[in-house]
Amino acid sequence: MALSRIASSSSSINLLKPLSCLSIRCRSISTDPLTVETSLPFVPHNCEAPSRAVETSAAELSSFFRDMAVMRRMEIAADSLYKAKLIRGFCHLYDGQEAVAVGMEAAITRKDCIITAYRDHCTFLSRGGTLIEVFSELMGRRDGCSKGKGGSMHFYRKEGGFFGGHGIVGAQVPLGCGLAFAQKYCKDETVTFSLYGDGAANQGQLFEALNISALWDLPSILVCENNHYGMGTAEWRAAKSPAYYKRGDYVPGLKVDGMDALAVKQACKFAKEFSLKNGPIILEMDTYRYHGHSMSDPGSTYRTRDEISGVRQERDPIERVRKLLLTHDIATEKELKDIEKEVRKEVDDAIAKAKESQMPEPSDLFTNVYVKGFGVEACGADRKEVRATLP
Amino acid sequence: MGYRCYDSLVLVCLIQDRASKMWGVMRHKTIRPAISSLRHFSSAAKEITVREALNTALDEEMSADPKVFLMGEEVGEYQGAYKISKGLLEKYGPDRVLDTPITEAGFAGIGVGAAYYGLRPVVEFMTFNFSMQKKMVKLKLEGEAEARQISQHKSGGTRGNHQYWSGHDFTQFGLMMAAPSKPKVMFCALQGWKKRQRCEILIDDPVKDMELRICGWGQAVDLYIGRRDSAIDHIINSAAKSNYMSAGQISVPIVFRGPNGAAAGVGAQHSQCYAAWYGAVPGLKVLTPYSSEDARGLLKAAIRDPDPVVFLENELLYGESFPVSAEALDSSFCLPIGKAKIEREGKDVTITAYSKMVGYALQAAETLAKEGISAEVINLRSIRPLDRSTINTSVRKTNRLVTVEEGFPQHGVGAEICTSVIEESFGYLDAPVERIAGADVPMPYAANLERMAVPQVEDIVRAAKRACYRSVPLAAAA
Repeated sequence: MALSRIASSSSSINLLKPLSCLSIRCRSISTDPLTVETSLPFVPHNCEAPSRAVETSAAELSSFFRDMAVMRRMEIAADSLYKAKLIRGFCHLYDGQEAVAVGMEAAITRKDCIITAYRDHCTFLSRGGTLIEVFSELMGRRDGCSKGKGGSMHFYRKEGGFFGGHGIVGAQVPLGCGLAFAQKYCKDETVTFSLYGDGAANQGQLFEALNISALWDLPSILVCENNHYGMGTAEWRAAKSPAYYKRGDYVPGLKVDGMDALAVKQACKFAKEFSLKNGPIILEMDTYRYHGHSMSDPGSTYRTRDEISGVRQERDPIERVRKLLLTHDIATEKELKDIEKEVRKEVDDAIAKAKESQMPEPSDLFTNVYVKGFGVEACGADRKEVRATLP
Repeated sequence: MGYRCYDSLVLVCLIQDRASKMWGVMRHKTIRPAISSLRHFSSAAKEITVREALNTALDEEMSADPKVFLMGEEVGEYQGAYKISKGLLEKYGPDRVLDTPITEAGFAGIGVGAAYYGLRPVVEFMTFNFSMQKKMVKLKLEGEAEARQISQHKSGGTRGNHQYWSGHDFTQFGLMMAAPSKPKVMFCALQGWKKRQRCEILIDDPVKDMELRICGWGQAVDLYIGRRDSAIDHIINSAAKSNYMSAGQISVPIVFRGPNGAAAGVGAQHSQCYAAWYGAVPGLKVLTPYSSEDARGLLKAAIRDPDPVVFLENELLYGESFPVSAEALDSSFCLPIGKAKIEREGKDVTITAYSKMVGYALQAAETLAKEGISAEVINLRSIRPLDRSTINTSVRKTNRLVTVEEGFPQHGVGAEICTSVIEESFGYLDAPVERIAGADVPMPYAANLERMAVPQVEDIVRAAKRACYRSVPLAAAA
């Protein structure tokens, strides 16, 4: 998947890639099946766990590595941009959790839908978004995916089956079940993944939506990205039962090692097949975020630095795939380092381009309020000064 | 069962239980508020109730577009809490008419999600149901109300001051009592109801201006009014704002509809008018039909509209009949969103109103006409977008304004209209603008207080006279 994306990313960046990288990609194009065991078993609830042996290929593993490296680099760059005050307001970073986005994408098609909360930059990317769209939107420029009008929490890519990007905690779950309802209504044979965190897992509306999904057999997959902290509140302080995969009670669930992209892929593949036949299922991804909840949270007041560095050493998703690539002889150390350098440059170039993008036009203040505005008038702060007609 | 059929519907009493198919309405022969004789009748004399209007509109739109579906509490097997969706489940099947659990936040969100994908949901919020724990519902019957006492009684007698009858049709269910001391008041007590049964109460020998009070004992039936509150987040944050936040990628062609505003005796949590709340939100369209023509035309327009629409009906209007033209009965009929209607032309004062208050405003206009004041009554039809142009044109003609609404006065619809007129037509005003609104209190339960909490016709008349500098010295406000 990443290979096709490399091909489609902006042509100017392609031209800047050194030839040696192209040769690496040629070598790792091997799509011969390769079976890898997940490091941890799946823990099922009211269903049978899928096999730990995951079918993959050298090409897929390489794409995992590259895609996660891009995501990692993008989030770290966003951190710097935020500190440089080029990104304002909210900025919730996903580094550490990349395996969930990448593994899920590998298991599904663009006709399946994904909806998530506000930690959405990487999911947007995995659904076909580009780095320029990400950075432009974060900086509020017109080349952003929402033309600068959404911001960090409101990325959308309808053509890629990505429905946002939502700021209200938990609201995305009923919305996602609604997408699944529509998929069933239209007989599309596709599914919707509704992602939420351990903090949102206690929201009432989640259970309302789950009940309806189970009642109506909707192809709805609820995915709890359990990074163990809801803002600054550890899961043991927020939830009486931290077994989020069991929360569905009569709805089956599966606990997955969310730092293992292959395990995520296997679980999502299983969930899609399951859900099309049997209705909703809950996946709990055991994952971790290195940054704080948002840029205004240092992330170290409610957890120790040792814990953070411990996870980074033991469970980092990119390191895991790097080891796999090395042990299976798919790439050398140097090649992987080169890829990382290349990724860094790609991200820097995208930022440079995004910085050149203009702010939205003042008239954009009034666009997209309605699809059909009937020529109604809207006004600015001083209605005698600023008025517009909604088309 | 011995029921007699009557023409028009006044109240449907709903009790929770599906086991029994018995259902009941209080029907009164030719009940008409006094205003009916004053309506301008169009060419065709056909009359339909608002309920029928909404039902046919839903039916036609569902028939025309397979992406339209209906979702809400009791919309399917129950035929609709207010019978708005009667017959639709049978016609379109359970895939398109969906009964939901009592989980408004959940199914409002699901509706919005379905709209994201491209379907066209109509989400119904039930508001009125009635509680049977010693609450009273008062209905004022005006005009030629006829009611029939249930004659075939197996038992009857007196209890204290009251004579009572028990209808044989529902002996096990209820009693009807009349208070001899107040012959104009009849009490209907519903006792020992099983869950979800509906009761038909027929009243014989009605008296003009009779009050019918329903009181109940026994199992409480939940009141569902105000449930829209828990879904408000999805209406505003998931529906209204999405097209803007996504710069046009995610449009939300959804309709949220249901009864709004005060009913009768349902208390504070179930009587609020939400027109001002939703009317404030950019990205939403908010419609408030009054007549059957409004109901048909605006609901069809709402369903066809690509933006989220909040469609505020009124429970007490469901049973009212209005004349409709042949054009309005056609399946392609549609009213424009954002355009108000001049219900009655006049030249001395402009009265704006929406929903049930339009009827009151028209009555007030009648009264004012007798005193030589010619009032122009505007039926807003659309709260957002608000038809400022029609309102201002009218005020520029009459030079005086009275706004009428049921909702709370502060930050209300009337506040917006008054300000709009002051901003646009200040030079044309010959008198200060006047606002009539619900009282600035949570809706009380006691009948006399409840009456004081909602605008009455005399309030509108008084305000119009003030605007015309006629009589009534101002109350000691100084």
